[in-house]
Amino acid sequence: MTNAQIERNTLSDGLATLGAVIAAIVGVAIGLNSPDAAMSFHGFVFAASAIVAGLYVMLWADKSAPQPTPGTDIAYLDGPIRFATLASIFWGIAGFLVGDIIAWQLAFPVLNLDMPWTSFGRLRPLHTSAVIFAFGGNVLLATSLYVVQRTSHARLPGRWSPWFIVYGYNVFILIAGTGYLLGVTQSKEYAEPEWYADLWLTIVWVVYLLVFLGTLMKRRESHIYVANWFYLAFIVTIAMLHIVNNLALPISIWEPKSYIIYAGVQDAMTQWWYGHNAVGFFLTAGFLGIMYYFIPKRVERPVYSYRLSIVHFWTLIFLYIWAGPHHLHYTALPDWAQTLGMTFSIILWMPSWGGMINGLMTLSGAWDKLRTDPVVRLLVVSVAFYGMSTFEGPLMSIKAVNSLSHYTDWTIGHVHSGALGWVAMVSFGAIYCLVPWLWNRRALYSIKLVEWHFWVSTIGIVLYITAMWVSGIMQGLMWRAYDRLGILSYSFVETVEAMHPYYIIRAVGGLLFVIGSLIMAYNVWRTIRGDEPVDAKDQPRVAAAPGLRLQPAE
Amino acid sequence: MKHEVIEKNSILLLVLTLLVVSIGGLVQIAPLFWVDSTIEKVKGMRPYSPLELAGRDIYVREGCYTCHSQMIRTLRDEVERYGHYSLAAESMYDRPFQWGSKRTGPDLARVGGKYSDQWQVEHLINPRAVVPESIMPGYPWLAKTPLDVNTIASKLKTQQTLGVPYSDEMIQKAKDDLVAQTKPDTKEAKAVLARYPKAKVANFDGDDRSVTELDAMVAYLQMLGTLVDFASFDASGPNLR
Repeated sequence: MTNAQIERNTLSDGLATLGAVIAAIVGVAIGLNSPDAAMSFHGFVFAASAIVAGLYVMLWADKSAPQPTPGTDIAYLDGPIRFATLASIFWGIAGFLVGDIIAWQLAFPVLNLDMPWTSFGRLRPLHTSAVIFAFGGNVLLATSLYVVQRTSHARLPGRWSPWFIVYGYNVFILIAGTGYLLGVTQSKEYAEPEWYADLWLTIVWVVYLLVFLGTLMKRRESHIYVANWFYLAFIVTIAMLHIVNNLALPISIWEPKSYIIYAGVQDAMTQWWYGHNAVGFFLTAGFLGIMYYFIPKRVERPVYSYRLSIVHFWTLIFLYIWAGPHHLHYTALPDWAQTLGMTFSIILWMPSWGGMINGLMTLSGAWDKLRTDPVVRLLVVSVAFYGMSTFEGPLMSIKAVNSLSHYTDWTIGHVHSGALGWVAMVSFGAIYCLVPWLWNRRALYSIKLVEWHFWVSTIGIVLYITAMWVSGIMQGLMWRAYDRLGILSYSFVETVEAMHPYYIIRAVGGLLFVIGSLIMAYNVWRTIRGDEPVDAKDQPRVAAAPGLRLQPAE
Repeated sequence: MKHEVIEKNSILLLVLTLLVVSIGGLVQIAPLFWVDSTIEKVKGMRPYSPLELAGRDIYVREGCYTCHSQMIRTLRDEVERYGHYSLAAESMYDRPFQWGSKRTGPDLARVGGKYSDQWQVEHLINPRAVVPESIMPGYPWLAKTPLDVNTIASKLKTQQTLGVPYSDEMIQKAKDDLVAQTKPDTKEAKAVLARYPKAKVANFDGDDRSVTELDAMVAYLQMLGTLVDFASFDASGPNLR
């Protein structure tokens, strides 16, 4: 290292430590001053996290000059990516598990245990946030920071800012998640965290945007690769949605409680503009970035159509934003807004399927890999599920269909065909690709276990969504059933009773999905530990880290 | 313009993306704030009384919205099952709104007055004591937890800042009003009714030693959907959207 570099690094370390000290002081101040036990606890959690970060920067971090990543000529910054990958697996298992627990609670209410911290109403937001933001969010952090470096041929800018993103984001998750259990929530779905957690996330997210953009600006490739368009749209749109939807006034700076600046119908519209686009930009655009990088990489074929990618990108991001009001059909939201929401939701079917075709057709000439490589199968089946749920979504946004489906389990089934089938499966595929690449291994520990994971999860998903289709449509029909005297046929509680068997089937499906994720965790652990792969010969050459790959045979 | 230009300039890509994703929200959200017909002009709507507001905050805290909607849609079966369809005006003081997205349990937009206080109390403590088939969790801790009354004035004050028509007097008396709503037939209770017409004054949980979270919760549930008088509401009148 030159002297100038050493000086710059020392300055960075000093600034990072200073940031940690300030954060620790803020945390302790909140901890000591807040009369609310939950917020006080959060203050101390925040302070402890900051102290750990500060100690890491000063004492524990590896300060040697970065070496070129094996197989490349650039020293990529992969530490934060490894961190986010492991975090995603941890939070994934936690989130799936909580989901399955609340599924069993719906079948057997005694499992609520009559305690506040274990009650469905508090665990459900914990489940949704854990899977979407903790599992999905860490997958997006890991893959986006990996993809943007590789496709730009540039190291992430900053010495500590990439670390700050992944660490700060997981501190947010910790505060949000424990907050739900302690009853700290603003009750806006998928935006439940209270104002102080929201503020912290905003800071983290702005740094994320700057680091991502900074990498693009440093790039040594003339074009920005298509996956990065989707990642960039995801990052910037989530920033917009998060800030606008969470504008709230706390009742005191030492109290967790706040009131949102919107009321009633305006709040409803803003919330579902946010809520549907958390799906559109967090769970779709971001994960399409994964599709556009990992499928071509794994099957070693170029993206099917460059032109289709361009059309896919611009139409998808333009149309998605309009779809929110389909969550509010036949409500007190003005009709014009409902009709607009329905219209754009139906049009949205086209770019969604355009993207699906682009992903699937990338396999042209390599369809046999679907049979031989279960990682490819995870990636491709996820795209098929994406196609299915992006057909089902527009269908359910039609007012006549929605009058039946809304408020029922059909919606839950739809969400999970997207969340389990698309988001989780494409994430698993990406994780199985990333782990050997990031830890410089020759192959995954066992491709056979990936095969098991694939089948156990797929069966779980099928049980889940079919049970929810039947129970949802049945409940919708029972609510509106009339006898021949023109009187409603069923009381509400009769429809609840009828759900019982389907709730059990759903919970079993969920359990299979949890088991699948445990299989993955075992496989990843053995791979990282460096155990000799048991079936390396059955794995494609791209399973290996770039520096350990055999050249393709002539 | 060739797409290549955008693909080679990260700032241009960022700016265009932000522009494209802003349009839908602007068109759908902004008019709701200035188109007058969005919220009907109805008689009877008033801000929540302190006890009701405290109850509503507990409703939010416990995540009741994850299973109960508060939005009766304009559909025949819903109107027959739950009552008059919900008006936008009925949630004009709801921060945040509680329309919900799932009915694992029934809609609660007009549950007020449908059951007795005692039924609500028993049902919240152990739902299966009164509805054997119910899958709702029990909330026995609400009966044992004293209501936090120290923050109520600042809650009203914050809402006033946001535009909810709480008067300074309401804020000043917030703590007294909160307690008084659980003491029927007192002078203080009459003052609550003067400030918050149609509020229900009762010893909701049947225990007059202290004001509990259960008192607040039942007070909130019992007022849901009761403020607008639908006997005099004319949907085809000037209220029609």
